[in-house]
Amino acid sequence: MTETETEKDLPRILIYEELCKGCDICAVFCPTEVLELKGNMMTVKNLEACTRCQLCDLRCPDFAIQVF
Amino acid sequence: METVTAAKKKKKEKPVPFDYSNYIRKGKLPHIWCPGCGHGIVLKCMLRAIAETGRPNDDFALVSGIGCSSRTPGYVNFNTLHTLHGRALAFATGLKMAKPNLKVIVTTGDGDALAIGGNHFIHTCRRNLDIVIMVYNNFIYGMTSGQFSPTTLPGMIATTSRYGNIDPPFDVCKMAEAAGATFVARGTAYHYGELEKILHEAIMHKGTAVIDIIDSCPTYYGRFNKFKSPADMMEKIEKEGTVSVKQASGLPPEKLEGKLLRGVLCKKERLEYTEGYAKLIEKAGGSKPK
Ligand SMILES: Cc1ncc(C[n+]2csc(CCOP(=O)(O)OP(=O)(O)O)c2C)c(N)n1
Ligand code: SF4
Ligand code: SF4
Ligand code: SF4
Ligand SMILES: [Mg+2]
Repeated sequence: MTETETEKDLPRILIYEELCKGCDICAVFCPTEVLELKGNMMTVKNLEACTRCQLCDLRCPDFAIQVF
Repeated sequence: METVTAAKKKKKEKPVPFDYSNYIRKGKLPHIWCPGCGHGIVLKCMLRAIAETGRPNDDFALVSGIGCSSRTPGYVNFNTLHTLHGRALAFATGLKMAKPNLKVIVTTGDGDALAIGGNHFIHTCRRNLDIVIMVYNNFIYGMTSGQFSPTTLPGMIATTSRYGNIDPPFDVCKMAEAAGATFVARGTAYHYGELEKILHEAIMHKGTAVIDIIDSCPTYYGRFNKFKSPADMMEKIEKEGTVSVKQASGLPPEKLEGKLLRGVLCKKERLEYTEGYAKLIEKAGGSKPK
């Protein structure tokens, strides 16, 4: 596997729309500003910046976001 | 042989999110809590702490009273008991005495545990009954629309203190320790990793374990007191309003003014109540509870 391919191996962010309540906690505490609230729903704004740190999942009160 | 630097290796390792499905009852989500309510974060920390024990779900019983925090047992895949306001510890005591091998965890609120249930709280601690008491402390009665509680800070606005609260608050940890609890700690929803560790230690402890868990009620406490958002509450109350025991040891007293200490604040050994009871039964020649 080449380094470029490793770089391209982007994280997968799953947001469960039936669970997300749009509280914005995940986006505010994401260290690299990956996430953005649109209306009442969390969305991914900049996937490339995600480090898979899991902070969003760990502080989400609603089991609504997972990063693989 | 391929040499991989530690940094590269770390980048390649993909952290896997925790799988809660074994612990949440099917079809129960979304839960009833408001957007940004801290109770959901606390619940998740508790589930990870339980998972870490490696014990089967059936070894645990979750008991609660009434309140938003007391809704916790309704969502989880353990033995559960949702009881009366303030009386979680009375029910939990009965359960533990009848089934001493169950690991009993009480999920309760600042109102449930310390106002209407204050008497049960101090006497459970005094007995050193082997129970984990998780006080979801959001400084307010959330469920009944925001009356002040025994932990509401002076000056804060509640439905019942429109001009600011004048009651001095209880320090949950000092009270628990003075009453005789043998494990006393404080955590916050913001410091999820610390809280998970503390909860695990509390579960492994034999005796009454009290954890004062600072979390947020954005709907009432937040709105009444002009916090901008749930994240703003976590930042100002949970992060800036607390300091870990370790950090505190290096700080002058004026830097600690108005801050709550986080971490394990008291841990000691003392005869546990069901063990004392078993000894008494033996002495009297009776048969042991199973
Ligand atoms: C005997 C009795 N008195 C009063 C009530 C009303 N009541 C329900 S929940 C609650 C307070 C809950 O506050 P807390 O324990 O802090 O839980 P939170 O909702 O903040 O998580 C009160 C007063 C009740 N259900 N039963
Ligand atoms: S895993 Fe970390 S970096 Fe990626 S979105 Fe979540 S908080 Fe942001
Ligand atoms: S923290 Fe969870 S519920 Fe809140 S906006 Fe993010 S994904 Fe949605
Ligand atoms: S009222 Fe407050 S404590 Fe109750 S669910 Fe809503 S935010 Fe949480
Ligand atoms: Mg409360």
